[in-house]
Amino acid sequence: MNTIINQEGNYNPPPLGDGGMDAVVVKNISKTYGKKKEVQALNNISFSVNPGELFGIIGPDGAGKTSLFRILTTLLLADEGAATVDGFDVVKDYKAIRKRVGYMPGRFSLYQDLTVEENLNFFATIFNTSIEENYDLIKDIYVQIEPFKKRKAGKLSGGMKQKLALSCALIHRPSVLFLDEPTTGVDAVSRKEFWEMLRRLKDQGITILVSTPYMDEAGLCDRVALIQKGKIMSIDSPEAIVNAFPYPLLAVKSVNMLPLLNELKLYDGLKDAYVFGEYHHAVLKNDNAVTGLKEYLEAKNFSVEINPVRPNIEDCFMMLMKSVSSEAQKQDV
Amino acid sequence: MKQFISFVKKEFYHIFRDRRTMFILLGMPVVQIVLFGFALTNEVKNSRIAVLDHAKDNESSVLINQLDASKYFDVQQIIQSDHEIEPIFKQGKVKMVVIIPPSFQEDLRHMNKSSIQLIADASDPNVANTLTNYATALIMDYQKSITQNQKIPYTINTEVRMLYNPQLKGAYNFVPGVMAMVLLLVCTMMTAITIVREKEMGTMEVMLVSPMKPQLVVMAKAVPYLLLSTINIATILLLSVFVLEVPINGSIVLLVAASILFILVSLSLGLLISSGAESQQTAMFISLVALFLPTIMLSGFMFPIENMPLPLRTFSNIVPAKWYYNIVKGVMIKGLNVFGIWKELLILTGMMLFFLTIAIRQFKIRLQ
Repeated sequence: MNTIINQEGNYNPPPLGDGGMDAVVVKNISKTYGKKKEVQALNNISFSVNPGELFGIIGPDGAGKTSLFRILTTLLLADEGAATVDGFDVVKDYKAIRKRVGYMPGRFSLYQDLTVEENLNFFATIFNTSIEENYDLIKDIYVQIEPFKKRKAGKLSGGMKQKLALSCALIHRPSVLFLDEPTTGVDAVSRKEFWEMLRRLKDQGITILVSTPYMDEAGLCDRVALIQKGKIMSIDSPEAIVNAFPYPLLAVKSVNMLPLLNELKLYDGLKDAYVFGEYHHAVLKNDNAVTGLKEYLEAKNFSVEINPVRPNIEDCFMMLMKSVSSEAQKQDV
Repeated sequence: MKQFISFVKKEFYHIFRDRRTMFILLGMPVVQIVLFGFALTNEVKNSRIAVLDHAKDNESSVLINQLDASKYFDVQQIIQSDHEIEPIFKQGKVKMVVIIPPSFQEDLRHMNKSSIQLIADASDPNVANTLTNYATALIMDYQKSITQNQKIPYTINTEVRMLYNPQLKGAYNFVPGVMAMVLLLVCTMMTAITIVREKEMGTMEVMLVSPMKPQLVVMAKAVPYLLLSTINIATILLLSVFVLEVPINGSIVLLVAASILFILVSLSLGLLISSGAESQQTAMFISLVALFLPTIMLSGFMFPIENMPLPLRTFSNIVPAKWYYNIVKGVMIKGLNVFGIWKELLILTGMMLFFLTIAIRQFKIRLQ
């Protein structure tokens, strides 16, 4: 099986570095909610982020991304485990962390009744700086919203709001930037622009942690952590995660897509099949199963188009999710 | 310090850009003073009465004229028989009927004695009481005018002087009450709501992840309301002096200083509420139920505390407005100086320190 996942389906963290070197270190963090701690938001999570890295935390809604960000930005206390940001402990040295990180929450959290300019000015002063002082850092982003600087923040479009929020989070030149789902609810063009901005910020030496539910954005990060139900399933560069995909993957297309999917699922050599855009993706057990598939489907009177495809992060995520949950089921039995 | 000023400036933007807030903040005191001054009054003026005059002689008509001429009564109807009394009360046409017996003048002149019956509509006991008192007083005046030339043995005259408020104006009572109410509403409720709004909108989350001290955030939110409340004090005082003709007998500096102390108490309470409430509705509800009602009921402004049962009287001691109400009444109406109100000042100071300490200790530096 996959090297990243061990027998228990848990991710085995690499030994933590000497601490001082890493921008963010998370060690065995767990977090539960509710009076009886019945909701497990984070389950024994460990990872570390190198300085200047663009690190993605990829997972669906409810995976625990926001809880993790809030623990790292000192807004929540973890039940167990420890974490440092820039070498500072998130519990003990929360004041130092609050001075040096930039944080953009998932929900638009600027003052809606203040104008673009007023918001930016306000946050600059709160962080003991001025727009002029760090203008070079936000210039690329701010010039795009500058034509609307007299407009109230609440009246901006989704993409504009994100740009303003990013400008405000950057105004004090943070050493680590936390972006919680910055592209959720933003159109495709703005999303692309937003990621280009992140690349440029990374070039300035800022460590960036970004969470997103969009799998296609994973490829834009240096490294990603795939997270599901409070557990990290895999951490690596997007390429390495994709390369580690252990099974042959085919894209299958036919006229009748729904019957095709049902038929695929009955195929012996199949590991998994799911809808993927206008194709179905079929994960097969081995290469023999690949050759058998066309015959099998044609025998069932499907005229099909079958192409081998390179897996992407979403395929990896589906595969990891399935193996984690089947491991869990085995344990339950 | 620059952070603090910038935050206060931002807070003013919020207030000035929201018309509703502006109205509540600056319009409400004016509306309340005008309402209490001209519309909602418990003074009795021009009450409609009816007269059943069985005597129809000289003296009785003089008496009726005197009643009618007074500013308290307006003789609406002269009725002819006892049977008409009940119906006119039921129709609600009059509040009181004055019945003058037959041979009123004869009895007075020859027996030196007569009696007049007053029948009042006591469905509102206070009004009935006031009306009969006024009527009795007027009748006594009339009696004096006819007896002044005669010697009557053993008469005791009561000389009444209404100190501090000779005209018995209601405004003397409600101006201090309105001041307490307005300051409480503006400082406590508005402050609590605006802090909780930051929590609701998620901006508190961003503010917490900043170098600004959380306590400073909260203080900065309170400053604009402190300033606006002083404007309110000025408005209320100007209106009461020039429109309602309520004098400020004591030192105005002392009055303003005591008001600022009460503002600080209210602000601390607002901060305390905001640290517990998670939504704007909760903050508003707590402010109204826990503060506004006790202020109206137990400050002595609407109902006299002296007549309340012991548990309520005891409870009224923890209502800050009660002490402030006493201060304003003392300084404004009675012209007391600082030695007359030191106890109240001390209690308010204690309350402020107590609430502020709890509020600051309760303040959450994290989200949970």
